[in-house]
Amino acid sequence: MIEARGIRKTYGSHQALKGLDLSIKEGSIFGLLGPNGAGKTTFIRILNQILAPDEGEVLIKGKALSGKHISRIGYLPEERGLYPKMKIGEQLLYLAQLKGLHKSQAKERIAYWLKRFELTDRVQTKVEELSKGLAQKVQFIASVIHEPELLILDEPFTGFDPVNTEHIKQEILRLREEGATIIFSTHRMESVEELCEDIVLINKGSRLLGGPLHEVKAQYKSGWYQVETEKEWQIPNGKNWQVEKLNAQLGGRAYRIHPEQNSRAELLESLLASGLIEFREEIPSLNEIFIQSTRNA
Amino acid sequence: MKNLGLIIRREFLTRVRKPSFIILTLLAPILMAAVMFLPAYLATLPGDEKVITILDESYLMDIYDKGNEEISFKYLNPKDFDFETAKALVEGREDYAFVHVPVSEGGDPDFIARNIRVFRAGDLSLSVENYLERSLEKYIQKEKLKAEGVDPEIVARTKTQVNLRIINTEEGRETENATLAKMGIGYVAAFAIYLFIFIYGAQIMRGVIEEKTNRIMELMVSSIRPFELMMGKILGIGALALLQFVIWIGLGLLIFTIFTAVFIDPSLSSGTAVQMEGMNALPDNAAFDIYRSLQSIPFTKVLLSFLYYFFGGYLLYGALFAAIGSAVDKETDSQQFMLPLTIPLILSLIVILRALDNPDGSLAVWMSMIPLTSPLVMMARVPFDVPTWQLLLSMSILAITFFGSVWLAAKIYRVGILMYGKKPTFKELYRWTRYKN
Repeated sequence: MIEARGIRKTYGSHQALKGLDLSIKEGSIFGLLGPNGAGKTTFIRILNQILAPDEGEVLIKGKALSGKHISRIGYLPEERGLYPKMKIGEQLLYLAQLKGLHKSQAKERIAYWLKRFELTDRVQTKVEELSKGLAQKVQFIASVIHEPELLILDEPFTGFDPVNTEHIKQEILRLREEGATIIFSTHRMESVEELCEDIVLINKGSRLLGGPLHEVKAQYKSGWYQVETEKEWQIPNGKNWQVEKLNAQLGGRAYRIHPEQNSRAELLESLLASGLIEFREEIPSLNEIFIQSTRNA
Repeated sequence: MKNLGLIIRREFLTRVRKPSFIILTLLAPILMAAVMFLPAYLATLPGDEKVITILDESYLMDIYDKGNEEISFKYLNPKDFDFETAKALVEGREDYAFVHVPVSEGGDPDFIARNIRVFRAGDLSLSVENYLERSLEKYIQKEKLKAEGVDPEIVARTKTQVNLRIINTEEGRETENATLAKMGIGYVAAFAIYLFIFIYGAQIMRGVIEEKTNRIMELMVSSIRPFELMMGKILGIGALALLQFVIWIGLGLLIFTIFTAVFIDPSLSSGTAVQMEGMNALPDNAAFDIYRSLQSIPFTKVLLSFLYYFFGGYLLYGALFAAIGSAVDKETDSQQFMLPLTIPLILSLIVILRALDNPDGSLAVWMSMIPLTSPLVMMARVPFDVPTWQLLLSMSILAITFFGSVWLAAKIYRVGILMYGKKPTFKELYRWTRYKN
């Protein structure tokens, strides 16, 4: 769906993006990750054509990004904002029309979405009279009202309570089912692990790592296993493995073991002999990967 | 372009429905009318009489001279009072002032003139001072005439007032002179432009700042080009300004008609009507003179020029106001950037006073070409029938500058709307204009 090649963007002397490459599969949820100031917002603004790159190109379905793509992109900016004096209905109608919807079509969709978010009776309410959570919902509706093929969500869950976060999450998944490609920019990693298939981590304007989430995680495996056995377990003879004792959870003996490479079979064999209860490979959380790789960078 | 229409519509509709707009639009003409009519109306009421007690030891004044509607002279007989007793008497009363005309040994009028004193607890009003001086000058002059052996009656009889009828022979036409009316029209038109640029320019700026502080800007520019957003706001608010202006003119005429018909006593109307127009010192037949001379004013040209300079000036300044709004986060931060806009506007108002007096002077001509001052200064000159080439040149320069200012403003705007935090400097604004997208 999206192919970005060698994107550079400089503000004065500050290099916001230093030749960023990434590609996003159609119909996927793509995690655009990075610490503050990494260049996420600059990249998003380039996709939205708020900014133009100094160098490099962005292709959408093989075609260079152009004005006609604007109506096919939906955007939920990190900095939320609506016209406070406008009524919800008017506001959504205005934003939908700006995205090229006809008035009658826009009204139908507004009715549909307000119903989904249980806001139908608030259509005449001014935005300034809404609670923060409700205003966020209106903002979410504004970003999807024109049924965009590409939906860019910048920190979509900030400002939502857990119930509404779940609600929005379900909506995002449903939109993906309906064929939308979703870019999900955040630094909240737990939601990324739940939603994203592919990720890219950028820092200081360049790509640090990326790919399918499970591959990224596989790369960052530490090689440690957590196990629990019924009986005392011993390191097989002649092996130079690292071992730490842990508190047993299931009434047996618990260990943290780092075998040599390609010795998983041997490890399992020895464990089975000691009556294996639990065997688990330590897979780093995305959060750990994030912290580790940005620190190293 | 479809989006531009939508933006203009929103900017216009959200503002036109605001109670503050409706109240201001309806109330302003009423207030203006009140400001204009009230003094005239009050003048017809028996006002606060200012009693001035006079001790005239030289028997200079005519004791039947009772002053005017505002000032009432009361005389003390010098046979009954000397200066001290008279002053003591007056201080016990609530008289406005006490005037002492001393006696002169040799009956020298100049000595008297130099030694007349006015006593008042507080400041003397300027109109009273003028009236007193004029009255006393008249009496002293009379004394001098008598001393020279001239009968003051003859002088009074032969006094003549000349009203020149000035005929403008320019361009082969002979038209009645209407300098006063032209000055009035020129000033009012220029002032209206000034007012609208300020009121609505500030609205544009405030609108942009609001969009920034409400953080809706980012969402907006993901749907439309910043240029469309900026122009939509300027044009939408411009439509609002035009509507308000038309309503004001309409209501103003209506109020004027009703007021003159209902409230003004017909016996007073000829005199008062002239006062209504703010020219209270004119003699009665001046109204007719003005009416006749108005025919010499090129009304179509004035009207068309007004519309052109009204919008040209508004758009030129409006774009710059939008740029300022985009550069700051808070209205209070806008002060330093406002200065380069307020200076030419205020300078124009000052130059206009000279231009009205000498519409073809080089100052007026130059300032009516320079685009930041031309909307006001040229407008003040137009009623005086400016040479067509000058008018066209000034209009062209304004148009070119308008596009220039929109281009420049759009560049600053485009960067400014996404910048938050620190207040930029002029240098940074300049750097923004050089950013590629």
